Amino acid sequence: MREDPAGVSDRIERARQARHGRYLLKEEFITLSHGSGGKASHSLIEGVFVAALRNPLLDRMEDQAVFTVEGARLAFTTDSYVVDPIFFPGGDIGKLAVNGTVNDLATSGADPLYLSLGVILEEGFPLSDLHRIAASIREAADRAGVQVITGDTKVVPRGKADKIFINTAGVGVLRRQGTISLSRARPGDRVLMSGPIGDHGVTVLAARGDLELELEIESDTAPLNGLIRALLDTGVEVHCLKDPTRGGVATALNEIAMHSGVSIALDEINLPVSPEVQGACEILGLDPLYIANEGRLLVIAPPEGVDVLLRTMRNHEFGAGSRIIGEVFTEPQSMVFLRTEIGGTRVVDMLAGDPLPRIC
Amino acid sequence: MKYLDEYRDGALVAPLVEKIARLSAGRALKVMEVCGGHTHTIYKHGIEEILPDTVDLVHGPGCPVCVIPMGRIDDALALARTPGVIFTTYGDMMRVPGSKGSLLEAKAEGADVRFVYSPLDALKLARANPDRRVIFFAIGFETTAPSTALTLLRAQAEGVPNFSIFCNHVTIIPAVKAILDSPDLRLDGFIGPGHVSAIIGTRPYRFIAQDYRKPVVIAGFEPVDILQAIEMIVRQIVESRAEVENQYTRVVIEGGNGKALEAMMRTMELRPYFEWRGLGFITHSALKLRPEFAAFDAEALFDVPGVRIADPKACQCGEVLKGTIKPWQCKVFGTACTPETPIGTCMVSSEGACAAYYNYGRYAMSRPGAAAGEETAP
Repeated sequence: MREDPAGVSDRIERARQARHGRYLLKEEFITLSHGSGGKASHSLIEGVFVAALRNPLLDRMEDQAVFTVEGARLAFTTDSYVVDPIFFPGGDIGKLAVNGTVNDLATSGADPLYLSLGVILEEGFPLSDLHRIAASIREAADRAGVQVITGDTKVVPRGKADKIFINTAGVGVLRRQGTISLSRARPGDRVLMSGPIGDHGVTVLAARGDLELELEIESDTAPLNGLIRALLDTGVEVHCLKDPTRGGVATALNEIAMHSGVSIALDEINLPVSPEVQGACEILGLDPLYIANEGRLLVIAPPEGVDVLLRTMRNHEFGAGSRIIGEVFTEPQSMVFLRTEIGGTRVVDMLAGDPLPRIC
Repeated sequence: MKYLDEYRDGALVAPLVEKIARLSAGRALKVMEVCGGHTHTIYKHGIEEILPDTVDLVHGPGCPVCVIPMGRIDDALALARTPGVIFTTYGDMMRVPGSKGSLLEAKAEGADVRFVYSPLDALKLARANPDRRVIFFAIGFETTAPSTALTLLRAQAEGVPNFSIFCNHVTIIPAVKAILDSPDLRLDGFIGPGHVSAIIGTRPYRFIAQDYRKPVVIAGFEPVDILQAIEMIVRQIVESRAEVENQYTRVVIEGGNGKALEAMMRTMELRPYFEWRGLGFITHSALKLRPEFAAFDAEALFDVPGVRIADPKACQCGEVLKGTIKPWQCKVFGTACTPETPIGTCMVSSEGACAAYYNYGRYAMSRPGAAAGEETAP
């Protein structure tokens, strides 16, 4: 029989350390779990791509790379979109493709400038739908203040892709001093969230129709660069910004806890979850903390400036529901906890398997 | 949310915990929650942590995914790999390892495996794909067996020839009896399963109170439900009573759900014995389709290997399922066996004790060491 319970956590931690904080890639084939945004995705990225392509910028493993060219600090990122269905309440694959890339740039503190657009189409895809998606891309780009300046189109035979897949890449410029990074969370910092969690994931799931859930919620997809600019314009110090997409708030905060070597405690009672998302999650046995968001912002900042940040967020159209959801601590490192409503605590781990593929 | 929030009310919790502490003072009680849904709630809300040291919760065998033996997973994989088959399953089963991979891996290799939320979805798939043979991987206790039964009756009424069921339904009472008869275990009471009891009612548990003199309290799935049930169990012990009580009166009635039971009886019968992961063969502990439904019985229609596969040596799921060891006492817990790369079934399902411990409970374990610094998470 094993030693005392406290020793077990140490053993688990040692097992984790032994693989240098990396998740093992054991499978022989790609499974849907590798696309979840959780642990399996990390093991795939680290075990295949980072291993093959290793360089200092890539090794940072953030949502974008930040580098300096001729004195200008630039941010660069890319993302692909395979959401099913392609049209859903509150948005479509085109709007998602613009906002997702804009947000990955903006969370570095950059002002997004230009996007590329790569489209893979399945033979037989209705042109009317394509017009609709193109118009939506234009509208989303205008809204975010970016331009699509280059692109590519491919068509594959029927059945070799599902309707339409989109890739966007984006470039932005960092006009401010200071670094915002997943590795900058410090003990004492507060964790702020810009609105209810899980709306996008649950909306898309319901829109697939196979659950026969009728919900009155919409995807939260939105460009966050305006909200972020307003935050940074206050001059108040901000340590981390992150949009919690695949894998949800739980996975996003785990990434921050690991990058920063800190512990993050969430208060269940302060987690903003709409009754519809809560209800759908109860029925389906899902946890809202693991559901994707496409227009929500996590902000981690020192306590002194939190009042100003919170006021600024609440005054912005995409931050009206902002609240403080947690706090950063020193120990135990690289872990996220939830203080439950009834006064218990539990670990909030990174997403392990993916219950809901193709959510973005 | 109405009907939920009131059972998660922090203000109701503290007085209950205090009552439990007062009643159980000076004792060392072991209470088993039979149902995996309860295990999940206990960890999700951190209930173990707020309970007094006098009450120790032992996690029982009621996680449907956890008790499926490896050989049956191999059978499922063989069915899934049969050409022309669409194999449908509850999502939880996708990652359960057989001796040669999981359904998720079979899917990646080309098998048409789809996850569904109900057997009716599988029947719908069968109607939509008349040229394919659709098999539903039926698992679970009396909670899910009625929906399998009703789907069968519908498939029969509508005459859907390409639909079949791979039946692995199990029944809870024989497993509880096996645990009660197990020599290496001392339990003081049981938290009875809520959903199962909604179907079978409260009478089947009477032997636990009468023959084994152990209190049983059937409970709901919210924190207040579970704490109330524990309080009722402790009260019985203190008052030297052993009865079947029902905390979950908003859902469970004494006679259960007659219609659901009838559908089960019409379509299914007891197997002479069935293998449970970690618990071995238990007599009359599982259901198979009645001969009248052979046309819908995947075991009759297809070749399944039906080979018994021994659990991996390192895996101690059996002891965990019987409650003789805590998940963290297993040799491979958290190191070789994790939710990402599970060795045992208890690490796969969110209702499995090991997964619940791993996902939610590690902080409580690390507390003594972690409580040192000022800036430590509370």
